[in-house]
Amino acid sequence: MNEHYTLRVNGVERDVCDSWIGESLLYVLRERLDLPGAKGACEQGECGSCTVFVDGAAVCSCLVLAASAVDAEIATVEGLNPDGTLTDVQEAFVREGAVQCGFCTPGLVMAVHHLLDAEPEPSDLQVKEALSGNICRCTGYGRIFAAVDAVIARRRDAAR
Amino acid sequence: MSRSTIDTVRTDDRSGTSREVLGANALRPDGAAKVKGEFAFSSDMWAQNMLWGGTLRSPHPRARIVSIDVSAAWRIAGVETVVTADDVPGQLTYGLISEDQPVFARGEVRYMGEPIAAVAADHPETCRRALAAIAVEWEVLPALVDPETAIAGGFDPIHPDGNVIRHQRIIRGDTSATGAIVVEGTYELGMQDQAFLGTEAALAVPDHDGGGVEVYIATQWLHEDRKQMAKCLALPEDKVRLVLGGVGGAFGAREDISLQVHTALLALRTGRPVKMQYGREESFFGHVHRHPATIWMRHHATDSGEIVKIEARFVFDGGAYASTSSAVLINGVTHAQGPYRCDNAVVDGWAVRTNNPPCGAMRGFGVVQACFAHEGQMDKIAAAAGLDPVEVRLRNAMRTGDRLITGQVVESVAPVERCIRETAALPMPSPLPDRPDALLMPGGSGLTADRHHIRRGVGWGVSIKNIMYSEGFDDFSTARCVLADGVVTLKFATSEVGQGFVTLAPQIARSVLGVDDVVLDTIDTGVGSAGSTSASRQTWMSGGAVDGACRLVRERLFEHVGRAHGVDPLRLVIEDTDVVDSMGSLRVPVGEASAGLRIDETFEHHHRPTEELDENGQGNCHVAFAFVAHRAVVDVDPELGLVKVVQVATAQDVGRALNPLSVVGQIEGGIAQGLGLAVMEEIIVDNGRVRNPSFTDYLLPTALDAPEVIATLVEEHEPQAPLGAKGVGEPPCISVTPAIVAAIRDAIGRDLARVPVRPQDICF
Amino acid sequence: MPVLIPRSLDVAVEMASSHPDAHILAGGTDLMVEVNFNHRKPETVLALRHVDELRGWTIDAATRTVHIGSAVPFSEMEHGALSEALPALAEAARTVGSPQIRAAGTIGGNLGTCSPAGDSLPVLAAMEATVHLRSTSGERAMPFAEFMTGPKRNARRGDEIITGVSMPIADGWQGYAKVGVRNAMVISVASACLALQSTGPRLALGSVGPVIIRCHDAEALVADRPGAVDAALAAEFGRLAAAASSPIDDHRSTAAYRRHAVSVLAGRLLQRGTARP
Ligand SMILES: Cc1cc2nc3c(=O)[nH]c(=O)nc-3n(C[C@H](O)[C@H](O)[C@H](O)COP(=O)(O)OP(=O)(O)OC[C@H]3O[C@@H](n4cnc5c(N)ncnc54)[C@H](O)[C@@H]3O)c2cc1C
Ligand code: FES
Ligand code: FES
Repeated sequence: MNEHYTLRVNGVERDVCDSWIGESLLYVLRERLDLPGAKGACEQGECGSCTVFVDGAAVCSCLVLAASAVDAEIATVEGLNPDGTLTDVQEAFVREGAVQCGFCTPGLVMAVHHLLDAEPEPSDLQVKEALSGNICRCTGYGRIFAAVDAVIARRRDAAR
Repeated sequence: MSRSTIDTVRTDDRSGTSREVLGANALRPDGAAKVKGEFAFSSDMWAQNMLWGGTLRSPHPRARIVSIDVSAAWRIAGVETVVTADDVPGQLTYGLISEDQPVFARGEVRYMGEPIAAVAADHPETCRRALAAIAVEWEVLPALVDPETAIAGGFDPIHPDGNVIRHQRIIRGDTSATGAIVVEGTYELGMQDQAFLGTEAALAVPDHDGGGVEVYIATQWLHEDRKQMAKCLALPEDKVRLVLGGVGGAFGAREDISLQVHTALLALRTGRPVKMQYGREESFFGHVHRHPATIWMRHHATDSGEIVKIEARFVFDGGAYASTSSAVLINGVTHAQGPYRCDNAVVDGWAVRTNNPPCGAMRGFGVVQACFAHEGQMDKIAAAAGLDPVEVRLRNAMRTGDRLITGQVVESVAPVERCIRETAALPMPSPLPDRPDALLMPGGSGLTADRHHIRRGVGWGVSIKNIMYSEGFDDFSTARCVLADGVVTLKFATSEVGQGFVTLAPQIARSVLGVDDVVLDTIDTGVGSAGSTSASRQTWMSGGAVDGACRLVRERLFEHVGRAHGVDPLRLVIEDTDVVDSMGSLRVPVGEASAGLRIDETFEHHHRPTEELDENGQGNCHVAFAFVAHRAVVDVDPELGLVKVVQVATAQDVGRALNPLSVVGQIEGGIAQGLGLAVMEEIIVDNGRVRNPSFTDYLLPTALDAPEVIATLVEEHEPQAPLGAKGVGEPPCISVTPAIVAAIRDAIGRDLARVPVRPQDICF
Repeated sequence: MPVLIPRSLDVAVEMASSHPDAHILAGGTDLMVEVNFNHRKPETVLALRHVDELRGWTIDAATRTVHIGSAVPFSEMEHGALSEALPALAEAARTVGSPQIRAAGTIGGNLGTCSPAGDSLPVLAAMEATVHLRSTSGERAMPFAEFMTGPKRNARRGDEIITGVSMPIADGWQGYAKVGVRNAMVISVASACLALQSTGPRLALGSVGPVIIRCHDAEALVADRPGAVDAALAAEFGRLAAAASSPIDDHRSTAAYRRHAVSVLAGRLLQRGTARP
């Protein structure tokens, strides 16, 4: 329990002290850096609740060895909108009823942002494939798709 | 690029105003916190100086504990305490219905994963090392794993309470009646897991004097947890305070105690806050599952397909401890007829104890099992009578006033026929295109199939589900409403597990009291019990309690306004956000009328009493019923046995849609869970051993497995219900499973009698 | 410092040799699961994420070969030039886990783990890929068939780093098919890769034996038969594929189903590959 290193999370350098080498990024974010937005529901990459961005890629933070991510840009749900307002994706999740228990939600919000940044007008199958790594046990996904649709439509309107 | 709509559920706001009153698509008050990752789930709790707890579990389904040596664990730096059964200060066992389950096993373990000891240490990794250092000497004993052996009495009792948890028969009408059509089948259901995403977690904070403990916990029923915990901890109930930690889904799995006593005990022993959180694998061992069941049914029907008599035998495998098995059994046998008229019945049911994982509550609670069997039978009657699946169901559809096989009259609104007809009227999906994207076909990106390998099938399922608790249980919920200066504060102990009671409660207050600002107090044991968030009961029960408390407050507000303005309070009503004299011109905004006031009322809502069943299964044991119909369309690759559920259409009897958006969320979510049971979800137990305790091998539906859902809400206000609304949580997941299986049968032209349907069941 | 993060292959190889107990970490999608589930307790980790030499791929038009660095993630194989050079690999890559897993998981990790269910492996077997390894004592290259020695076992020495794989560019139709019990994110229950290379047809099967299985009898059946394949020939091709397999019963499926599934997949791939548009 004697690892010391620094992570760059949401643009800020954060020291991690006295940690165990085997700690995942998920654990370090949640338990050491007071960033509990990423959730752990499986610790084996199957649920996507822990999705964060590492150097721009959406990955499962439970499968990132924290101490190996020392010079990466890490972004979490807490960093999406530093001013405390909701992003369009977050807003749509609330409005469209995509949130029930909400445990899957931060991971899904990250996955949707990642998808729409890369592909602003995905087809519905592209949406489904892009979200297939984020399990939601409550909603059956219907309202989540509705939220994604709403964001796409809103961004399209805004672009006009 | 144009997009097809992913689904077309009707979610029209029914309030007719922009205010978030009853009928409106009010938004979750916790929504913003949840999307930002700021909502505190119980696993997010943290306290200064906190320790981590961990649990040692049995690797054997059944074994005698020859000895436990914890000394090596104590010697590991960072370990603060180690506890076993010897350290439990109070009652050594707990349970929801019978207290037969040990806090820690003593002498003998009865299922794989049973807790034996717990540790508290400075880091989860220290806990893991400490648990590994505990030396247990085992004498492995032969395990009872076959429910029929338990029934036959062919195995010495594996528990002092015996191997049969409960037996119940139902005898009604002319038991020798028969019909021109006789069909029978034996149906089997595997063990399903609730698989909520937020695993079990709790933070226990001991009082400074060590005389009590406060526990932040994700649970379905705070007061019942407290009762059981206090007994085991040998503390008075007021020394055990429970606060609802954010709950990441429940679906029945949080009705029983899991880590509650362990965490509190570790905190009390160390005098420090202790947090416990199960990983996914431990979660599979840490809670009860849906009962696997084998159900034999024989239906007698007239040659025109009308049911004459039902014979059935239910066997529910309860696993090692009783949990709610006896209630699940009663739900199963009393729903054997489904939503159909039937005058004659001979039904026998068993819930037995084995060394398999304990089973208890899961969404649908015994009715899921019954429905899979009776719907398979309805299709057999249809085939024998030359009817289509819709016609046979319409011919037998139950109505208000019909009697159940328990003799109970169905007094609820019972729009079975309407549910079926409205479902049938929903549009069918378009056919699979000639060159479909692989993701539209079974097998998906695995590219297993080409268009010509795929066959489409359509199937039906209809169900009846009791709502609220049964068999004489005095079921109630409590709410407190405070109105001060135009702001309402509501307090209740109703567990919010994601279903949306926190959205509904303010809607009720706004409708009753004409306020817009509603504050929700902490959900904890600082108010009377709300009962459990289960049995589709909270909209009715806690909704009734909030409604009652708000009405009491309104009465007193009217008295006050009446006095102040010299108007008879009985003439006052709430219109929008004003107090209005219905016979005069007085109109005062509620904010103004309540300025400087503080009205504080508490209300308990009880439903009408129910009775136990007699030895022939007769009695008014249920409170009310809800109905639903499902039509499933599937694409099947018969040669590989792969399935894609294309569409599920449903019309659900909801009484009244208090928040259509929430109702739709329950419908879509329930359908996904029923789909899981139909085609992929099963805890595989082999000789008492769980083979797949992980999300790699326990498969849940993904975004690519979810079907298009088209839903219609059938609104016929339920006169018995305080708000006219029935619970909507369970019905969506019940008849969708048989509907999907029927659709697969239709596609392949073969019988299937077991869920989940596996590829090898289809192609061999 | 127990997490070693070399910035070049030379340094990585040095570190691997001076820390023979180090666990090599690429995308972490296998290794971290083992750590999280308490099956591995690393003391030292050698992370490859900054070794640029391992993160690239090349298509050599002159020799008509593709070389893929071991640290290339699956997401890079799904689209673009790499997917055109090796369509079956693209198809296999697309079936790996979820987008998150494909963004992190690498082909080197698939080789390092060497699970019979590894989705890139049947492609490597069918394409007769060469696996490249490096240590302080130099480079080794071996055919994939020699590299994989058993379920989760391979011929890598403890001090060696897998640097990449090379194989010919597809010069005929090729495809991959995988059966799982869910429409996304699922471990293979049975899989097959068929490559109709100019040098002859090659069929390899995953999840139906201790290693990836090449089906020489099935290949021989269709070796000299250009043109469309009728149902009977496809069925016989499938039968020979099934005969070459040696699957087991486990909690994911049964041996009988797996044998059946590879026969169906092989037959369908053959028909797909020989169908005239
Ligand atoms: C949710 C989930 C779903 C998955 N689904 C699939 C699937 O569908 N199909 C599939 O094939 N796999 C699947 N996997 C497994 C995994 O993603 C793959 O095996 C992947 O290829 C591993 O790559 P990695 O870079 O993440 O490996 P790591 O986890 O980093 O390493 C894996 C092993 O290889 C060793 N290793 C890695 N790189 C090297 C190297 N360059 N030299 C020497 N040794 C090395 C490591 O020491 C370790 O033993 C899944 C995993 C998860 C978590
Ligand atoms: S916790 Fe990381 S994917 Fe589930
Ligand atoms: S909202 Fe509960 S898991 Fe998605």
